[in-house]
Amino acid sequence: MVQATAPSEVFHVRDLNFYYGMFRALRGINLAIPRQRIFALIGPSGCGKSTLLRCFNRMNDLIPGARVEGEVLFNGADLYAPEVDPAEIRYRIGMVFQKPNPFPKSIFDNVAFGPRINGYTGDIAEVVERALRRAALWDEVKDRLKQSAYALSGGQQQRLCIARALAVEPEVILMDEPCSALDPAATLAIEDLIRELSKEYAIVLVTHNMQQAARVSDRTAFLMMDESRSGFLVEEGETEEIFANPHDKRTEAYITGRYG
Amino acid sequence: MLWPVLGPRLTFRQRLGVRKTLGRAAYVFLLGTTLVGIATLAALLLDILLDGLPWLSVDFFTNYPSRHPEQAGIRAALFGTLWMAALTALLCFPIGVATAVYLEEYTSQNWLSRIFNTNISNLAGVPSIVYGLLGLAIFVHTLSLGRSVLAGALTMTLLVLPVVIVSAQEAIRAVPDAHRQGAYALGATKWQTVRNIVLPAALPGILTGTILAMARAVGEAAPMIAIAALVYLTFTPVSPLDRFTVLPIQIFNWVSRPQAEWQGVAAAAIGVLLVLMLGMNAAAILLRNKYQRRSEE
Amino acid sequence: MATVWALKRRTTRRNEQIIFLVLFLSAMVSILTTVGIIYVLVSESLGFFQQVSLWDFLMGSQWTPLFQPQHFGVLPLVGGTLLVTGLSALVALPVGLGSAVYLSEYAPERARRVLKPLLEVLAGVPTVVYGYFALTFVTPLLQRYLFHDMIVFNALSAGLVMGIMIIPLVAALSEDAMVAVPRSLREGAYALGATKFEVVSKVVVPSALSGVVAAFILGLSRAIGETMLVTIAAGATPRLTLDPRESIQAMTAYIVQVSLGETPHGTLVYHSIFAVGLTLFVMTLGMNILGQWVVHRWRARY
Repeated sequence: MVQATAPSEVFHVRDLNFYYGMFRALRGINLAIPRQRIFALIGPSGCGKSTLLRCFNRMNDLIPGARVEGEVLFNGADLYAPEVDPAEIRYRIGMVFQKPNPFPKSIFDNVAFGPRINGYTGDIAEVVERALRRAALWDEVKDRLKQSAYALSGGQQQRLCIARALAVEPEVILMDEPCSALDPAATLAIEDLIRELSKEYAIVLVTHNMQQAARVSDRTAFLMMDESRSGFLVEEGETEEIFANPHDKRTEAYITGRYG
Repeated sequence: MLWPVLGPRLTFRQRLGVRKTLGRAAYVFLLGTTLVGIATLAALLLDILLDGLPWLSVDFFTNYPSRHPEQAGIRAALFGTLWMAALTALLCFPIGVATAVYLEEYTSQNWLSRIFNTNISNLAGVPSIVYGLLGLAIFVHTLSLGRSVLAGALTMTLLVLPVVIVSAQEAIRAVPDAHRQGAYALGATKWQTVRNIVLPAALPGILTGTILAMARAVGEAAPMIAIAALVYLTFTPVSPLDRFTVLPIQIFNWVSRPQAEWQGVAAAAIGVLLVLMLGMNAAAILLRNKYQRRSEE
Repeated sequence: MATVWALKRRTTRRNEQIIFLVLFLSAMVSILTTVGIIYVLVSESLGFFQQVSLWDFLMGSQWTPLFQPQHFGVLPLVGGTLLVTGLSALVALPVGLGSAVYLSEYAPERARRVLKPLLEVLAGVPTVVYGYFALTFVTPLLQRYLFHDMIVFNALSAGLVMGIMIIPLVAALSEDAMVAVPRSLREGAYALGATKFEVVSKVVVPSALSGVVAAFILGLSRAIGETMLVTIAAGATPRLTLDPRESIQAMTAYIVQVSLGETPHGTLVYHSIFAVGLTLFVMTLGMNILGQWVVHRWRARY
């Protein structure tokens, strides 16, 4: 089912409600995510920004009792249509998590994991090298690809996880507070990398760090939760606009540090 | 945009279909393996029920063993089992609890407690027949207790002690530190705290572990054979120094006879043994549940 | 707190010291048990090795202690034990691992609540009952449908039932290892488009591998030390063979065979059960230590 959406959009969210069992975690979200830009989701903790992110690759399907109402369109097609397979969705939409989560395998096998399970028949070593180069990790690990991924530092592990996501050539990369477990130096390296990657990929970035959103993103959406703890969208726009000239009082209060 | 991820001939979608089919087949296989154990348990219980039920009667409980299957009974074995289990409980409960208290409350996490704990987990892995050899050499011969109930109970105590200790350790560890500090803050000594605060709170858990250990003791045959040997007893023990036999030995004796009738008698005795053990397990579970409900209130 | 307040104030420092001593001595019981086991096995075996050389014992392929000429080569007993253990591994390793994967990754909560206690019951069945089951149920079944001329006492039936017996141990320890694999690793794999089975087989099981291997080792150690099942069902014919349909004698079964007869204290045969017991003890202890080492050495840090 193809809906009319602007070709410049990769995701289009319409009237999205999200439930964990009886609890409504998100209500009435309407949002468009553009291609080849960095889209930041900000807001106080518990406002549902990670939940919203996980609606984009159906990771929420893994939670018993989770339920979606409304539409999430990916390239104009409904992600939650019955004929859509979540495995295919996740293969086309990469994800990077809060804490680096490399598998207890070698560096090489971590990056090769995605191409292998998805049946890539070409030269795996070439894929791994390309992914590691794009994640700006190749020079640091090229001589020890057979070593355990756990031998790497936290920042390196996170770049490895980014390389792992890049190796399957996704169209979009979802990042769930990718720097929250890293020190400032490693955070800067990841931020540079995100900017670099945005030349080729649409990136949706969840962050609790407003400075990071301001530094890195092109567009920003601000979420809050209402008195029943449901998350909702306050406002969304060009990052400069949101930070310099927010339309909503609550946004202004949040970004100036008077809230949350 | 996508790579030629597709296999030589298959599209990505077709390949995904194959992967999911493989996953479904694996699910069926895994469920099947889980049912292997359950199905065997069902077959085992049914087999025993069908073989043994015709042989169960009041006489079966009151008769001594006999050369005639229809007159054979488990009186000596049942009494021997009860004697052995009671003595074992009396011995291993205080030693087990004291050991657990020492390890949890009186030693810090140092090399000494590591040695104790490693030793206990290694003891838990020693084959039961080896305990039988220990008891045979030490209790039966060196201490000249003979092939008595006491020698059997001492041997069984050493065998189940690791189980009692570990469960008591867990129960003691589960008592919140705040309770201890509350007692210390009122000037209680270490032992006063342990006796009045820690042990009462841990008691249900300790009792549960001890009952489970007793169930294990009741079912053990190998070490008891090394101690008691295969005897034909027509009396029940009246003192700890009397000779004895236990249910598992009696069952083994009957199973070893080739005639089919004895298999039935053995099955009947197995039924009694299983009911006894199941009863102990049920008691332990009830105790645990009752305790858990109380602690949640 | 009122109880604390009511405590007798006269409890003295000396009382505390006496209690400490009592507790310490209780704890020493388990140390003394270990010392006692080693002392008894070694000292009683010395009586044996004065008459039979260690070399003949370890390398001899004939075990005929109960008739003339006596031979005390332990290999047939070890071989019998390992044959049964190997057969049990064929059942317990795949089935135990499969059960663990099902319980940890697939089973709905309601199924788990039924299946796990049932496996615990399976683990609590006395071994003499498994012996009965092997002898009176499994052997006739095998004779009727597979090996028509197989004798009543055989390694196959004992080995298969032994496998069933150690399933709960292997399954419980493997499941513990899998439950300990963090959810973030599973999510990482799902996020790359893996199917559930790919997540389980390529991430969860490999991540839990050290625990699974340790579970296998401890399960097989249990099988080696198991007594009544092999005594009842596998026979009393010490024989070096790889044919599971034959009758054999396991190490533990020999100890029981001698114990049954109230063999006079101090004879060579009496001492021989301690030599066999020592062999058994060394094998199982070695495997238990190996199991613990695997867990510590290869533990994933996640």
